[in-house]
Amino acid sequence: MLTKKGLKPPGYLKTGTTIVGVVCKDCVVLGADTRATAGSIVADKNCEKIHNMAPNILCCGAGTAADTEAVTDNISSQLKLHRYHTGRESRVVTALTLLKSHLFRYQGHVSAALVLGGVDVTGPHLHTIYPHGSTDTLPFATMGSGSLAAMAIFESEYREGLTRDEGVNLVTKAICSGIFNDLGSGSNVDICVIEKGKTEYLRNHLTPNPRTYISSKGYTFSKKTEVLHTKITPLKELVDVVQVGGDAMEE
Amino acid sequence: MILRWILYYHQKEILRGLIEYPYVTGTSIIGIKYKDGILMAADMGGSYGSTIRYKSVERLKQVGKHSLIGASGEISDFQEILKYLDELILHDNMWDDGNSLGPKEVHNYLTRVMYNRRNKFDPLWNSLVIGGVKNGQKYLGSVSMIGVHYEDDHLATGFGNHLARPILREEWREDLSFEEGVKLLEKCMRNLLYRDRSAVNKLQIAKITEEGLTVSQPYSLKTFWNFAAFQNPTVGATGSW
Repeated sequence: MLTKKGLKPPGYLKTGTTIVGVVCKDCVVLGADTRATAGSIVADKNCEKIHNMAPNILCCGAGTAADTEAVTDNISSQLKLHRYHTGRESRVVTALTLLKSHLFRYQGHVSAALVLGGVDVTGPHLHTIYPHGSTDTLPFATMGSGSLAAMAIFESEYREGLTRDEGVNLVTKAICSGIFNDLGSGSNVDICVIEKGKTEYLRNHLTPNPRTYISSKGYTFSKKTEVLHTKITPLKELVDVVQVGGDAMEE
Repeated sequence: MILRWILYYHQKEILRGLIEYPYVTGTSIIGIKYKDGILMAADMGGSYGSTIRYKSVERLKQVGKHSLIGASGEISDFQEILKYLDELILHDNMWDDGNSLGPKEVHNYLTRVMYNRRNKFDPLWNSLVIGGVKNGQKYLGSVSMIGVHYEDDHLATGFGNHLARPILREEWREDLSFEEGVKLLEKCMRNLLYRDRSAVNKLQIAKITEEGLTVSQPYSLKTFWNFAAFQNPTVGATGSW
Protein backbone atom coordinates (compact mmCIF):
# COMPACT_ATOMS: atom_id res chain seq x y z
CA MET A 1 0.00 0.00 0.00
CA LEU A 2 2.80 2.36 0.83
CA THR A 3 4.55 1.65 -2.46
CA LYS A 4 1.51 3.06 -4.21
CA LYS A 5 2.03 6.25 -2.27
CA GLY A 6 5.55 6.39 -3.58
CA LEU A 7 7.58 4.79 -0.79
CA LYS A 8 10.39 2.77 -2.27
CA PRO A 9 11.45 -0.22 -0.17
CA PRO A 10 15.09 0.07 0.91
CA GLY A 11 17.49 -1.65 -1.44
CA TYR A 12 19.51 -4.55 -0.09
CA LEU A 13 21.95 -3.65 2.64
CA LYS A 14 25.14 -2.26 1.10
CA THR A 15 28.27 -1.23 2.81
CA GLY A 16 28.81 2.04 0.79
CA THR A 17 32.28 1.97 2.13
CA THR A 18 35.84 3.03 2.40
CA ILE A 19 38.25 0.10 2.75
CA VAL A 20 42.01 0.36 2.35
CA GLY A 21 45.17 -1.67 2.71
CA VAL A 22 48.86 -0.82 2.77
CA VAL A 23 51.97 -2.99 2.73
CA CYS A 24 54.58 -1.74 5.16
CA LYS A 25 57.97 -3.14 5.94
CA ASP A 26 57.15 -6.75 6.95
CA CYS A 27 53.53 -6.10 7.78
CA VAL A 28 50.18 -5.33 6.21
CA VAL A 29 47.79 -2.74 7.62
CA LEU A 30 44.10 -2.96 6.68
CA GLY A 31 41.54 -0.28 7.46
CA ALA A 32 37.79 0.15 7.11
CA ASP A 33 35.01 2.54 8.12
CA THR A 34 31.98 1.21 10.02
CA ARG A 35 28.85 2.48 8.27
CA ALA A 36 26.36 0.13 6.61
CA THR A 37 23.66 1.75 4.45
CA ALA A 38 20.33 0.57 3.07
CA GLY A 39 19.62 3.13 0.37
CA SER A 40 20.10 6.48 2.04
CA ILE A 41 19.45 5.23 5.56
CA VAL A 42 22.32 4.26 7.82
CA ALA A 43 21.35 0.77 8.88
CA ASP A 44 24.31 0.01 11.12
CA LYS A 45 26.46 2.76 12.62
CA ASN A 46 29.19 0.44 13.81
CA CYS A 47 29.39 -2.70 11.69
CA GLU A 48 32.52 -4.83 11.21
CA LYS A 49 33.89 -4.82 7.69
CA ILE A 50 37.17 -6.57 8.39
CA HIS A 51 36.59 -10.33 8.20
CA ASN A 52 38.75 -13.18 9.36
CA MET A 53 39.96 -15.53 6.65
CA ALA A 54 42.74 -17.21 8.63
CA PRO A 55 44.77 -16.32 11.71
CA ASN A 56 47.26 -14.58 9.43
CA ILE A 57 44.94 -13.37 6.66
CA LEU A 58 42.12 -10.82 6.86
CA CYS A 59 39.77 -9.42 4.30
CA CYS A 60 37.91 -6.10 4.11
CA GLY A 61 34.65 -6.20 2.18
CA ALA A 62 32.70 -3.57 0.25
CA GLY A 63 29.49 -4.00 -1.73
CA THR A 64 26.47 -5.99 -0.67
CA ALA A 65 26.96 -6.86 3.01
CA ALA A 66 25.41 -10.33 2.70
CA ASP A 67 27.66 -11.16 -0.23
CA THR A 68 30.88 -10.05 1.46
CA GLU A 69 29.94 -11.87 4.66
CA ALA A 70 28.94 -15.09 2.92
CA VAL A 71 31.85 -15.27 0.54
CA THR A 72 34.46 -14.57 3.23
CA ASP A 73 32.87 -17.10 5.61
CA ASN A 74 32.76 -19.72 2.87
CA ILE A 75 36.37 -19.28 1.81
CA SER A 76 37.47 -19.02 5.44
CA SER A 77 35.97 -22.48 6.06
CA GLN A 78 37.61 -23.84 2.95
CA LEU A 79 40.95 -22.46 4.13
CA LYS A 80 40.56 -24.09 7.53
CA LEU A 81 39.87 -27.46 5.97
CA HIS A 82 42.88 -26.93 3.74
CA ARG A 83 45.02 -26.15 6.79
CA TYR A 84 43.96 -29.39 8.42
CA HIS A 85 44.68 -31.26 5.22
CA THR A 86 48.13 -29.79 4.59
CA GLY A 87 49.21 -29.08 8.18
CA ARG A 88 50.55 -25.69 7.10
CA GLU A 89 49.75 -22.03 7.62
CA SER A 90 47.43 -20.67 4.89
CA ARG A 91 48.91 -18.51 2.17
CA VAL A 92 47.36 -15.30 0.90
CA VAL A 93 47.45 -16.48 -2.72
CA THR A 94 45.34 -19.49 -1.70
CA ALA A 95 42.64 -17.24 -0.28
CA LEU A 96 42.99 -15.04 -3.36
CA THR A 97 42.52 -17.90 -5.80
CA LEU A 98 39.56 -19.36 -3.89
CA LEU A 99 37.84 -15.99 -3.72
CA LYS A 100 38.44 -15.04 -7.33
CA SER A 101 37.27 -18.39 -8.68
CA HIS A 102 34.11 -18.14 -6.60
CA LEU A 103 33.35 -14.62 -7.77
CA PHE A 104 34.11 -15.37 -11.40
CA ARG A 105 31.85 -18.40 -11.34
CA TYR A 106 29.01 -16.09 -10.28
CA GLN A 107 29.80 -13.66 -13.09
CA GLY A 108 29.62 -10.55 -10.95
CA HIS A 109 26.25 -11.33 -9.39
CA VAL A 110 27.96 -11.80 -6.03
CA SER A 111 28.54 -8.12 -5.44
CA ALA A 112 31.63 -8.31 -3.24
CA ALA A 113 34.64 -6.03 -3.70
CA LEU A 114 37.41 -7.12 -1.35
CA VAL A 115 40.76 -5.97 -0.06
CA LEU A 116 42.66 -9.07 1.01
CA GLY A 117 45.80 -8.80 3.07
CA GLY A 118 47.99 -11.09 5.09
CA VAL A 119 51.47 -12.25 5.99
CA ASP A 120 52.56 -15.81 5.23
CA VAL A 121 55.82 -17.69 4.73
CA THR A 122 56.46 -15.86 1.47
CA GLY A 123 56.04 -12.42 3.04
CA PRO A 124 53.42 -9.67 3.32
CA HIS A 125 50.81 -9.47 0.54
CA LEU A 126 47.96 -7.17 -0.41
CA HIS A 127 45.40 -7.83 -3.13
CA THR A 128 42.16 -6.31 -4.36
CA ILE A 129 39.38 -8.52 -5.73
CA TYR A 130 36.60 -7.13 -7.88
CA PRO A 131 33.05 -8.55 -8.07
CA HIS A 132 33.65 -10.11 -11.47
CA GLY A 133 36.69 -11.98 -10.27
CA SER A 134 39.67 -9.90 -11.42
CA THR A 135 42.45 -9.21 -8.95
CA ASP A 136 45.30 -6.77 -8.51
CA THR A 137 48.45 -7.11 -6.44
CA LEU A 138 49.33 -3.75 -5.01
CA PRO A 139 51.41 -1.99 -2.37
CA PHE A 140 48.44 0.21 -1.47
CA ALA A 141 44.80 -0.29 -2.35
CA THR A 142 41.40 1.28 -1.77
CA MET A 143 37.89 0.03 -2.56
CA GLY A 144 34.31 1.15 -2.00
CA SER A 145 32.48 4.41 -2.61
CA GLY A 146 35.07 6.33 -0.61
CA SER A 147 37.96 4.80 -2.54
CA LEU A 148 38.77 7.98 -4.45
CA ALA A 149 38.92 10.10 -1.31
CA ALA A 150 41.19 7.51 0.33
CA MET A 151 43.29 7.06 -2.82
CA ALA A 152 43.89 10.82 -2.92
CA ILE A 153 45.58 10.48 0.48
CA PHE A 154 47.57 7.42 -0.55
CA GLU A 155 48.77 8.87 -3.84
CA SER A 156 50.08 11.97 -2.11
CA GLU A 157 51.59 10.36 0.98
CA TYR A 158 52.59 6.76 0.33
CA ARG A 159 56.28 6.00 0.57
CA GLU A 160 58.15 2.72 0.36
CA GLY A 161 59.33 1.04 3.53
CA LEU A 162 56.76 2.48 5.94
CA THR A 163 57.04 1.36 9.55
CA ARG A 164 54.09 -0.19 11.35
CA ASP A 165 53.09 3.05 13.08
CA GLU A 166 53.49 5.15 9.95
CA GLY A 167 51.32 2.61 8.15
CA VAL A 168 48.62 2.78 10.81
CA ASN A 169 48.64 6.59 10.67
CA LEU A 170 48.42 6.63 6.89
CA VAL A 171 45.56 4.14 6.87
CA THR A 172 43.70 6.09 9.57
CA LYS A 173 44.14 9.28 7.57
CA ALA A 174 42.85 7.60 4.41
CA ILE A 175 39.80 6.14 6.13
CA CYS A 176 39.04 9.49 7.78
CA SER A 177 39.23 11.08 4.33
CA GLY A 178 36.61 8.58 3.19
CA ILE A 179 34.46 9.08 6.29
CA PHE A 180 34.34 12.84 6.00
CA ASN A 181 34.28 13.27 2.23
CA ASP A 182 32.07 10.37 1.13
CA LEU A 183 28.42 10.08 2.10
CA GLY A 184 28.42 6.30 1.95
CA SER A 185 31.11 6.02 4.62
CA GLY A 186 31.05 7.21 8.17
CA SER A 187 31.29 6.59 11.90
CA ASN A 188 34.47 4.95 13.15
CA VAL A 189 37.82 3.64 11.88
CA ASP A 190 38.70 -0.05 12.26
CA ILE A 191 42.32 -1.06 11.81
CA CYS A 192 44.00 -4.43 11.56
CA VAL A 193 47.77 -4.91 11.64
CA ILE A 194 49.07 -8.27 10.41
CA GLU A 195 52.69 -9.16 11.11
CA LYS A 196 54.57 -12.42 10.94
CA GLY A 197 53.10 -14.53 13.72
CA LYS A 198 50.90 -11.78 15.15
CA THR A 199 47.60 -10.20 14.16
CA GLU A 200 46.25 -7.16 15.98
CA TYR A 201 42.62 -6.20 15.41
CA LEU A 202 42.11 -2.61 16.58
CA ARG A 203 38.34 -2.36 16.59
CA ASN A 204 37.22 1.29 16.68
CA HIS A 205 40.81 2.49 16.66
CA LEU A 206 39.46 6.00 16.12
CA THR A 207 35.98 7.30 16.89
CA PRO A 208 35.80 10.75 15.29
CA ASN A 209 31.99 10.85 15.32
CA PRO A 210 30.80 10.55 18.90
CA ARG A 211 27.23 11.28 19.88
CA THR A 212 27.06 14.98 20.49
CA TYR A 213 24.47 15.26 23.20
CA ILE A 214 24.26 12.48 25.72
CA SER A 215 21.95 12.79 28.66
CA SER A 216 23.96 12.72 31.87
CA LYS A 217 21.10 11.05 33.70
CA GLY A 218 21.17 8.03 31.42
CA TYR A 219 17.86 6.38 30.65
CA THR A 220 15.48 4.81 33.14
CA PHE A 221 12.16 3.19 32.49
CA SER A 222 9.41 5.22 34.08
CA LYS A 223 7.28 2.55 35.70
CA LYS A 224 8.57 -0.62 37.31
CA THR A 225 6.77 -3.81 36.35
CA GLU A 226 4.93 -5.24 39.34
CA VAL A 227 5.89 -8.81 40.33
CA LEU A 228 2.65 -10.64 41.07
CA HIS A 229 3.80 -14.22 41.59
CA THR A 230 7.11 -16.18 41.55
CA LYS A 231 7.45 -19.89 40.70
CA ILE A 232 10.79 -21.61 40.11
CA THR A 233 10.96 -24.97 38.32
CA PRO A 234 14.44 -26.55 38.33
CA LEU A 235 15.33 -28.42 35.14
CA LYS A 236 15.94 -32.09 35.91
CA GLU A 237 18.01 -34.48 33.86
CA LEU A 238 15.93 -37.39 32.61
CA VAL A 239 18.84 -39.48 31.36
CA ASP A 240 22.30 -40.07 32.82
CA VAL A 241 25.04 -40.20 30.21
CA VAL A 242 27.75 -42.68 31.18
CA GLN A 243 30.90 -42.93 29.12
CA VAL A 244 32.14 -46.50 28.88
CA GLY A 245 35.76 -46.40 27.78
CA GLY A 246 36.60 -45.53 24.18
CA ASP A 247 37.00 -42.06 22.76
CA ALA A 248 34.36 -39.46 23.31
CA MET A 249 33.10 -38.18 19.97
CA GLU A 250 36.05 -36.36 18.51
CA GLU A 251 35.71 -32.63 18.18
CA MET B 1 -0.09 21.03 -43.41
CA ILE B 2 -0.23 23.32 -40.39
CA LEU B 3 1.82 20.79 -38.44
CA ARG B 4 4.48 20.90 -41.13
CA TRP B 5 4.55 24.68 -40.94
CA ILE B 6 4.87 24.60 -37.15
CA LEU B 7 7.61 22.06 -37.39
CA TYR B 8 9.45 24.08 -40.01
CA TYR B 9 9.46 27.35 -38.10
CA HIS B 10 9.80 25.98 -34.61
CA GLN B 11 11.88 22.94 -35.29
CA LYS B 12 14.82 24.33 -33.42
CA GLU B 13 12.77 25.08 -30.32
CA ILE B 14 10.80 21.85 -30.35
CA LEU B 15 13.83 19.68 -30.78
CA ARG B 16 15.94 21.97 -28.62
CA GLY B 17 18.23 20.13 -26.38
CA LEU B 18 16.37 16.85 -26.52
CA ILE B 19 19.53 15.15 -27.66
CA GLU B 20 22.72 16.52 -26.23
CA TYR B 21 25.97 14.98 -25.23
CA PRO B 22 29.33 16.57 -24.67
CA TYR B 23 31.85 15.74 -27.40
CA VAL B 24 35.16 17.46 -26.74
CA THR B 25 35.61 17.78 -23.01
CA GLY B 26 38.07 19.27 -20.57
CA THR B 27 38.67 17.60 -17.23
CA SER B 28 38.93 19.10 -13.75
CA ILE B 29 39.66 22.66 -12.63
CA ILE B 30 41.01 23.43 -9.17
CA GLY B 31 40.84 26.84 -7.51
CA ILE B 32 42.02 28.07 -4.12
CA LYS B 33 42.15 31.37 -2.27
CA TYR B 34 45.54 32.21 -0.87
CA LYS B 35 47.04 35.09 1.09
CA ASP B 36 47.28 37.58 -1.77
CA GLY B 37 44.47 36.42 -4.04
CA ILE B 38 43.34 33.44 -6.05
CA LEU B 39 45.21 30.54 -7.65
CA MET B 40 43.64 28.29 -10.27
CA ALA B 41 45.02 25.27 -12.09
CA ALA B 42 43.87 23.39 -15.15
CA ASP B 43 45.49 20.97 -17.52
CA MET B 44 45.45 21.56 -21.24
CA GLY B 45 43.73 18.42 -22.44
CA GLY B 46 40.66 18.21 -24.66
CA SER B 47 39.34 14.65 -24.84
CA TYR B 48 37.13 13.40 -27.65
CA GLY B 49 35.40 10.53 -25.91
CA SER B 50 38.17 8.20 -24.86
CA THR B 51 40.93 9.72 -27.00
CA ILE B 52 42.95 12.67 -25.82
CA ARG B 53 42.48 14.63 -29.00
CA TYR B 54 43.75 18.10 -28.15
CA LYS B 55 46.67 18.83 -25.92
CA SER B 56 46.86 22.60 -25.98
CA VAL B 57 43.43 23.73 -24.94
CA GLU B 58 43.54 26.81 -22.75
CA ARG B 59 40.83 26.31 -20.18
CA LEU B 60 41.72 29.33 -18.04
CA LYS B 61 40.75 32.68 -19.55
CA GLN B 62 40.75 36.25 -18.34
CA VAL B 63 37.43 38.06 -18.06
CA GLY B 64 37.60 41.84 -17.77
CA LYS B 65 40.09 43.43 -15.42
CA HIS B 66 39.52 41.44 -12.28
CA SER B 67 38.43 37.91 -13.01
CA LEU B 68 39.49 34.57 -14.40
CA ILE B 69 37.21 31.83 -15.60
CA GLY B 70 38.10 28.17 -15.80
CA ALA B 71 35.85 25.61 -17.44
CA SER B 72 35.56 21.86 -17.52
CA GLY B 73 33.16 20.02 -19.78
CA GLU B 74 32.25 20.70 -23.38
CA ILE B 75 34.86 22.98 -24.97
CA SER B 76 32.56 24.42 -27.62
CA ASP B 77 30.11 25.53 -24.92
CA PHE B 78 33.01 27.17 -23.10
CA GLN B 79 33.87 29.09 -26.25
CA GLU B 80 30.25 30.19 -26.46
CA ILE B 81 30.37 31.36 -22.84
CA LEU B 82 33.52 33.34 -23.60
CA LYS B 83 31.64 35.06 -26.42
CA TYR B 84 28.82 36.00 -24.05
CA LEU B 85 31.32 37.28 -21.52
CA ASP B 86 33.09 39.27 -24.22
CA GLU B 87 29.84 41.01 -25.01
CA LEU B 88 29.15 41.58 -21.33
CA ILE B 89 32.55 43.18 -20.74
CA LEU B 90 32.22 45.22 -23.92
CA HIS B 91 28.94 46.73 -22.79
CA ASP B 92 30.40 47.33 -19.39
CA ASN B 93 33.30 49.22 -20.91
CA MET B 94 31.02 51.23 -23.13
CA TRP B 95 29.37 52.74 -20.06
CA ASP B 96 32.77 54.27 -19.42
CA ASP B 97 31.78 55.08 -15.86
CA GLY B 98 34.91 54.07 -14.05
CA ASN B 99 33.28 50.91 -12.76
CA SER B 100 34.14 47.47 -13.96
CA LEU B 101 32.44 44.14 -13.43
CA GLY B 102 34.13 42.09 -10.76
CA PRO B 103 34.20 38.33 -10.24
CA LYS B 104 31.05 38.39 -8.12
CA GLU B 105 29.07 40.04 -10.90
CA VAL B 106 30.46 37.75 -13.56
CA HIS B 107 29.61 34.77 -11.38
CA ASN B 108 26.05 35.95 -10.97
CA TYR B 109 25.66 36.60 -14.69
CA LEU B 110 26.90 33.13 -15.56
CA THR B 111 24.63 31.56 -12.96
CA ARG B 112 21.63 33.15 -14.65
CA VAL B 113 22.80 32.06 -18.09
CA MET B 114 23.41 28.46 -17.01
CA TYR B 115 20.19 28.15 -15.07
CA ASN B 116 18.08 29.58 -17.87
CA ARG B 117 19.61 27.24 -20.42
CA ARG B 118 18.94 24.33 -18.08
CA ASN B 119 15.31 25.34 -17.79
CA LYS B 120 15.01 25.12 -21.58
CA PHE B 121 16.52 21.60 -21.52
CA ASP B 122 19.45 22.95 -23.53
CA PRO B 123 22.30 23.23 -21.05
CA LEU B 124 25.76 24.53 -21.64
CA TRP B 125 27.61 21.41 -20.65
CA ASN B 126 30.21 23.00 -18.37
CA SER B 127 31.31 23.30 -14.77
CA LEU B 128 32.79 26.75 -14.34
CA VAL B 129 35.06 28.26 -11.73
CA ILE B 130 35.26 32.03 -11.48
CA GLY B 131 37.94 33.64 -9.39
CA GLY B 132 39.11 37.19 -8.93
CA VAL B 133 40.13 40.03 -6.66
CA LYS B 134 38.39 43.39 -6.67
CA ASN B 135 38.93 46.19 -4.17
CA GLY B 136 40.93 43.86 -1.99
CA GLN B 137 38.13 41.31 -1.81
CA LYS B 138 39.01 37.80 -2.92
CA TYR B 139 36.23 35.86 -4.61
CA LEU B 140 36.06 32.25 -5.75
CA GLY B 141 32.79 30.84 -7.08
CA SER B 142 31.52 27.85 -9.01
CA VAL B 143 28.60 27.29 -11.42
CA SER B 144 27.54 23.95 -12.75
CA MET B 145 25.63 23.08 -15.92
CA ILE B 146 22.34 22.94 -14.04
CA GLY B 147 22.89 26.29 -12.37
CA VAL B 148 24.08 25.13 -8.95
CA HIS B 149 26.27 27.94 -7.73
CA TYR B 150 28.19 28.66 -4.58
CA GLU B 151 31.24 30.39 -3.26
CA ASP B 152 34.02 28.82 -1.23
CA ASP B 153 37.67 29.03 -0.20
CA HIS B 154 38.64 26.11 -2.41
CA LEU B 155 36.84 24.53 -5.37
CA ALA B 156 37.19 21.66 -7.76
CA THR B 157 35.18 20.40 -10.73
CA GLY B 158 34.80 17.02 -12.35
CA PHE B 159 37.09 14.35 -11.00
CA GLY B 160 38.67 16.99 -8.81
CA ASN B 161 35.57 16.73 -6.63
CA HIS B 162 36.55 13.23 -5.62
CA LEU B 163 40.33 13.32 -5.79
CA ALA B 164 41.31 16.91 -4.99
CA ARG B 165 38.63 18.03 -2.53
CA PRO B 166 39.70 15.67 0.30
CA ILE B 167 43.26 17.00 0.04
CA LEU B 168 42.11 20.62 -0.08
CA ARG B 169 39.81 20.15 2.91
CA GLU B 170 42.68 18.70 4.87
CA GLU B 171 45.48 21.05 3.87
CA TRP B 172 44.04 24.41 2.84
CA ARG B 173 44.75 27.33 5.16
CA GLU B 174 43.73 30.96 5.07
CA ASP B 175 47.30 32.29 4.96
CA LEU B 176 48.95 30.18 2.25
CA SER B 177 51.83 31.91 0.54
CA PHE B 178 52.14 31.82 -3.23
CA GLU B 179 54.68 28.98 -3.18
CA GLU B 180 52.63 26.93 -0.72
CA GLY B 181 49.50 27.50 -2.79
CA VAL B 182 51.19 26.34 -5.96
CA LYS B 183 52.56 23.31 -4.14
CA LEU B 184 49.06 22.43 -2.92
CA LEU B 185 47.61 22.81 -6.41
CA GLU B 186 50.39 20.70 -7.88
CA LYS B 187 49.76 18.01 -5.28
CA CYS B 188 46.13 17.86 -6.37
CA MET B 189 46.97 17.97 -10.08
CA ARG B 190 49.50 15.16 -9.66
CA ASN B 191 46.84 13.07 -7.95
CA LEU B 192 44.50 13.72 -10.85
CA LEU B 193 47.22 12.85 -13.31
CA TYR B 194 47.68 9.46 -11.66
CA ARG B 195 44.01 8.59 -11.28
CA ASP B 196 41.95 10.49 -13.90
CA ARG B 197 42.17 8.88 -17.31
CA SER B 198 41.42 12.10 -19.16
CA ALA B 199 44.17 14.11 -17.51
CA VAL B 200 47.26 15.19 -19.45
CA ASN B 201 50.61 16.18 -18.03
CA LYS B 202 50.60 19.74 -19.29
CA LEU B 203 49.11 22.32 -17.01
CA GLN B 204 48.73 26.02 -16.48
CA ILE B 205 48.47 27.83 -13.19
CA ALA B 206 46.80 31.23 -13.00
CA LYS B 207 47.39 33.83 -10.32
CA ILE B 208 45.01 36.70 -9.62
CA THR B 209 45.88 39.45 -7.18
CA GLU B 210 44.81 43.05 -6.72
CA GLU B 211 47.66 44.06 -9.02
CA GLY B 212 46.64 41.87 -11.90
CA LEU B 213 46.21 38.54 -13.50
CA THR B 214 48.75 36.15 -14.97
CA VAL B 215 48.33 32.75 -16.55
CA SER B 216 51.57 30.78 -16.46
CA GLN B 217 53.24 29.12 -19.39
CA PRO B 218 52.31 25.45 -19.77
CA TYR B 219 54.56 23.06 -17.87
CA SER B 220 54.47 19.45 -16.72
CA LEU B 221 54.66 17.78 -13.34
CA LYS B 222 57.25 15.28 -12.22
CA THR B 223 55.67 11.90 -11.58
CA PHE B 224 57.01 8.81 -9.90
CA TRP B 225 56.18 5.39 -11.25
CA ASN B 226 59.06 3.38 -9.85
CA PHE B 227 57.75 1.89 -6.64
CA ALA B 228 59.43 -1.49 -6.33
CA ALA B 229 56.09 -3.11 -5.70
CA PHE B 230 54.75 -1.82 -9.02
CA GLN B 231 57.80 -3.03 -10.95
CA ASN B 232 57.22 -6.63 -10.16
CA PRO B 233 53.94 -6.95 -8.30
CA THR B 234 53.59 -10.71 -8.15
CA VAL B 235 57.17 -11.61 -7.28
CA GLY B 236 56.23 -12.85 -3.82
CA ALA B 237 52.81 -14.14 -4.65
CA THR B 238 53.27 -16.84 -7.28
CA GLY B 239 49.94 -17.74 -8.80
CA SER B 240 48.39 -14.30 -8.63
CA TRP B 241 48.22 -11.56 -11.22
